[in-house]
Amino acid sequence: MAAVPENNAKPAGFRAWLNKRMPIDAFVAEQLTGYYAPKNFNIWYFFGSLALMVFVMQILTGIFLTMHYKPGEAIAFDSVEYIMREVEWGWLIRYLHSTGASFFFIVVYLHMFRAMMYGSYRAPRELLWLLGMALYLALMAEAFMGYVLPWGNMSYWGAQVIVNLFGTIPVIGPGLVEWIRGDYGIADSTLNRFFALHVVALPFAIALLVMLHLVALRQTGSNNPDGIEIKANLGKDGKPVDGIPFHPYYTVKDIVGVGVFLAIFCAVVFFAPTFGGLFLEPPNFEPANPLSTPTHIAPVWYFTSFYAMLRAVPNQQMGALIMLAAIVVLFFLPWLDRSPVKSIRYKGWMSKLWLGVFVVTFFALSYLGLQPVDPLYTLLARVFTVLYFAFFLLMPFYTRFEKTRPVPQRVTYHA
Amino acid sequence: MSDDVLNAQDTDPSRRKFLTAATAAVGAVGVVFAAVPFVASWKPSERARALGAPTEIDLSKLEPGQMVVSTWRRQPIYVVRRTPEMVAALPKHDAQLKDPKSAESEQPDYAKNEARSLKSEFLVLYATCTHLGCLPKQHFTPGDPVVGADWPGGFFCPCHGSRFDLAGRVFNGSPASTNLRIPPHRFEQETLLMIGVDTAAAPAAAANASGSHSHGSGGAA
Repeated sequence: MAAVPENNAKPAGFRAWLNKRMPIDAFVAEQLTGYYAPKNFNIWYFFGSLALMVFVMQILTGIFLTMHYKPGEAIAFDSVEYIMREVEWGWLIRYLHSTGASFFFIVVYLHMFRAMMYGSYRAPRELLWLLGMALYLALMAEAFMGYVLPWGNMSYWGAQVIVNLFGTIPVIGPGLVEWIRGDYGIADSTLNRFFALHVVALPFAIALLVMLHLVALRQTGSNNPDGIEIKANLGKDGKPVDGIPFHPYYTVKDIVGVGVFLAIFCAVVFFAPTFGGLFLEPPNFEPANPLSTPTHIAPVWYFTSFYAMLRAVPNQQMGALIMLAAIVVLFFLPWLDRSPVKSIRYKGWMSKLWLGVFVVTFFALSYLGLQPVDPLYTLLARVFTVLYFAFFLLMPFYTRFEKTRPVPQRVTYHA
Repeated sequence: MSDDVLNAQDTDPSRRKFLTAATAAVGAVGVVFAAVPFVASWKPSERARALGAPTEIDLSKLEPGQMVVSTWRRQPIYVVRRTPEMVAALPKHDAQLKDPKSAESEQPDYAKNEARSLKSEFLVLYATCTHLGCLPKQHFTPGDPVVGADWPGGFFCPCHGSRFDLAGRVFNGSPASTNLRIPPHRFEQETLLMIGVDTAAAPAAAANASGSHSHGSGGAA
């Protein structure tokens, strides 16, 4: 295994001592300098490494927030205000964390869309996709619980709505809801356990899943915009002719991506941290009040597409089920796509049209989920909910019967 | 070297397989038992349960047509003192309701009647919407422009648009499927309401009492 390059200069001194005890050089050679990635990556390939960077940033800012934040229904809101007004640079640390949450979803949604465009979920990368979906679920739980912690009025009522979703499960629902809350309503006990899950349990789970996601990626190698396997075309040296070592080529490229990302990210942190009520909603600047529902409850933007589906159904159980199905159906993507080609570049017009419909649907539902209840919006939400599911459920048919273009032998690449 | 100790002929694979499976099964049972305290620790604590004891509301100062908001077990409770006109109007829109007879809804038996109450004058409700737990707001005026011209008066949930009448019964077209829930309650005195305990002193008498009440409201209509 250990493919240590046969260097003329054998490592000596401390490095030799270290490598005898821990395979540092072998790891770098195997995972970075000896790991070949397709040379035709485009801008869509920044978002995986960016997601990892945002995760690390959330951990770091989160650790520092924990030093000042106090869970507890009587003190949580005040402690957040204390961070914002009295802790030195506390406002910056909090805004980095709250803006980071929204950017995490932006990056993850773009990353997922990349996979959908280029068929990165197809064999042999089904498990990679499933692990990514598990990460997405964990991220949704992490974000939801994090949003409860400031104990603003939207935190409280958001928690009320989401926790009550479990109450729609037949028979065990009511007992389950009481168990999740630890009280007869959203209470101190709920806040405290969400804090524990948000700060300890879920970050560990996410870190583990990130590791598994990367291990699976190293096994199959990255897909690419052409959707062809670079491992199928090896050079005399046994390396893919269309591949380049991940380090230094893509590490350097990703650092450029980080630079661009941080410029945009910091502009939001400094000039529009609430982003017009999209990243931090106005009712959340009032303390939680169990006797007053905000006039209009909406989750943060990254959940509103699913929320619009929930509201569109005139039956609570069916609504919750549709919402769940909208997420579950994503898990089945690798088996719904029956196209002979992976990438959208070589698929037929029907796949292109449906992918476009899906994008419009996602944006439309996200917008509708932010709007107040209105008969026209409800009707539109129903139409788009149907289109959302049609994209997935019709996929086995339109991908199989459409005419595809021939796939090239080598990746298309313009130096 | 293992050859000396262990010959392939000497091992009984099925026995070994059985022992491995049995050990794993016993271990799994142990894990389940060990998980019990941790899972149970999420249930409402002794303190939460103690704080969930019944609560008393004095309704003597509540005017007809007014509503008071109280809490029991952290859940907001609405108590409405309905006017005779409000009660009389209840049966008129039965056709627009999902569950006019409250057959699918959650309420104590003594409140399973047209007015959904012990005394038709007082409506006692969990304020939390049966859809997803927001607080429906009071829109008691018939024809309230926020809700609609044909609105008979009741509650409207701003979160997802569920509509309920003045007995907490849900209208067709609402995302909520069942009527607003009614907590266990009883009247200690004429206008002293106790929430959290049932009217259960004499089940037969209670049934008669609620029966006579609904007769009374029926007569008024």
